[in-house]
Amino acid sequence: MMEEKKQYEDVIEISHLTKCYGSKTAVNDLNLSIRKGEVYGLLGPNGAGKTTTILMLLGLTEPTSGTAKIKGKDCTRNPLEVKSIVGYMPDNVGFYGDMTGRENLRFTGRLNGLNGDLLENRINRLLERVGMTKAADQKASTYSKGMRQRLGIADVLMKEPEIIIMDEPTLGLDPEGMRELLEVISNLSREDGRTLLISSHQLQQVQQVCDRVGIFVEGSLIASGTIGELEEQVRKDGNFLLELETSPCDDKLLGMLYQQDGVQNISKEGSKLMITSRKDLRGELSRFLGEHGYSVLHLHQRGGDLDEIYRRYFEKAGQSDERNELNSKKKHFWHRKSSDVD
Amino acid sequence: MSLIRRKNTSGTENHPTWINAATGRNALIRKELADHLKSRRFLILLVLIGSTGFASLWGAISGLSDALSQDSNFAFLKLYTQSGNSIPSFMSFIALLGPIVGLALGFDAVNSERAGGTLNRLSSQPIYRDSIIIGKFLAGTAVIAMIIYSMGIGLGAVGILTTGLKPSGEEVLRILVFLTFTVVYIAFWLALAILFSVVCRHAATSALAAIALWIFFSIFMSLVANIVAGAVYPMRNDYEMMANSLNNYTLELNMNRISPYYLYSEAVSTIMNPSVRSVNVVTMSQLVGAVSGYLSFGQSLLLVWPHLVGLAALMIAAFAGSYIGFMRQEVRAN
Repeated sequence: MMEEKKQYEDVIEISHLTKCYGSKTAVNDLNLSIRKGEVYGLLGPNGAGKTTTILMLLGLTEPTSGTAKIKGKDCTRNPLEVKSIVGYMPDNVGFYGDMTGRENLRFTGRLNGLNGDLLENRINRLLERVGMTKAADQKASTYSKGMRQRLGIADVLMKEPEIIIMDEPTLGLDPEGMRELLEVISNLSREDGRTLLISSHQLQQVQQVCDRVGIFVEGSLIASGTIGELEEQVRKDGNFLLELETSPCDDKLLGMLYQQDGVQNISKEGSKLMITSRKDLRGELSRFLGEHGYSVLHLHQRGGDLDEIYRRYFEKAGQSDERNELNSKKKHFWHRKSSDVD
Repeated sequence: MSLIRRKNTSGTENHPTWINAATGRNALIRKELADHLKSRRFLILLVLIGSTGFASLWGAISGLSDALSQDSNFAFLKLYTQSGNSIPSFMSFIALLGPIVGLALGFDAVNSERAGGTLNRLSSQPIYRDSIIIGKFLAGTAVIAMIIYSMGIGLGAVGILTTGLKPSGEEVLRILVFLTFTVVYIAFWLALAILFSVVCRHAATSALAAIALWIFFSIFMSLVANIVAGAVYPMRNDYEMMANSLNNYTLELNMNRISPYYLYSEAVSTIMNPSVRSVNVVTMSQLVGAVSGYLSFGQSLLLVWPHLVGLAALMIAAFAGSYIGFMRQEVRAN
């Protein structure tokens, strides 16, 4: 409701933002607008320049050229004003180990000019909100990763930020911790009406809470939009990936597959064949398999989810190296998925 | 459940529209101070300085009667400068061990924050980035001042109680100047340690580097000065000795003065000992007609003013180095 009313109010405006380290370009001519109240997912592999972009948004790194503005304030020139309305949760958020969780929050509050009852009330309220009231008076060095993450969220909320930037918030969390975190993230946006920018390379998880996502590769934003829009684009490009497992799986089958129009690539992962093609092969394939007495153990057309979109855009950007790295990561996903199906 | 409502985030009631950088800096200094004072490290330093201080006081008292039989003036100062029973004086103890205080307080100032992942969280708060390093230096210096003044004054108090000596006004002034010199000297080592903590990624590396420099300046610098002076102005035979001795000695002295350890030792021994009339080579012709006596407080201070300026400059240079290094560094952890 609120989103509709304020849909066109851009709170983060990045234009032609570029950052070079020596000859290496970390962020290349980035243009991006993020609207008030939305959750934007900045997705890309490690080393794509996500953290650099975030640091430039906070005025912690100077852009080589271009500008970033938050609520109309230049992030490089007015870092203090920007930092007082933007909450930042770094990846691997750390706390002072010899202080308790409560003391850590109190320090953050003081840095933001809070004191007295206002400060203490806010600490108590936030500790309750993230479920850390019991552990609040333990030393922060005793906290687990999940607890640190929750305290990190309380820490970000200490300044009542209008905009929250999270760098790899889901990294290293167990599934339960991940679920809780995503719930908190969506509450921050839906209930509080805050704007969130989340960077991650864990697509599956982040997909669930983002209104829009941007795919960020090698310093360039190669696609940006809602998941639906990205899916639409992938479909238009006409790329299909088919998972096939048959018994038997022999050369005759491979020969037939290679003869099909539009088949680009066939690779083998475990006992499955991965078939990349330009058109939907399922119909012809089933017919062929039925005629020749193959029994189908597994047949799955992939596409549509963010993981797939991500992969496609990498291919388009010609990221062969990155892709290999990602493929090895993805094997893991797929195995998990197929076992779910079985 | 969710007490943070939309009106809070869109309204400005919780946000001051003006941003005061001093608020953040004060909060930072306050936290750093509390960190230091609550840390075990601070206790260890206090015990170290305290025990050496009282050991040296005990040595001074046991050697006091001998010293006073030769020269009974400025007896109270001798509590700080007199060595006895083969225990060095408080003054030379501090010159040697004082740097440890500065190094211990500063060697992990920045790199531990970086390693702990707190630096980027801290710098995303509405404070200027230099507040972080300024806060660390100021808090460290405040702790040093606390240790040194309380220890110096405490020693004097124990001295009064045990010996019954009463300090004159001039002696009190000289002791205060001595303590101030000491604070600047140790603050230099603090700044140096912070510089290493900015440059080195690991706390262990920066601690080792700082300790290496400390040992070099305290022990090896005089050897180096001696060798260089001998090479530039050799004194191998009688003729060379006659021709070069003044130059040789002056060069050695000036090189030694590069070392903050020597600079500090020379300055405080002049301040704490009114009979020291010159810090440079004095020729026979300059001594002709000189009346043997004590220098007044003002004259002693005048003699070591360049030392104080030099020490302060070293401190500022070391801090400036760490400041610039810190401001140019990336905030990210890796």
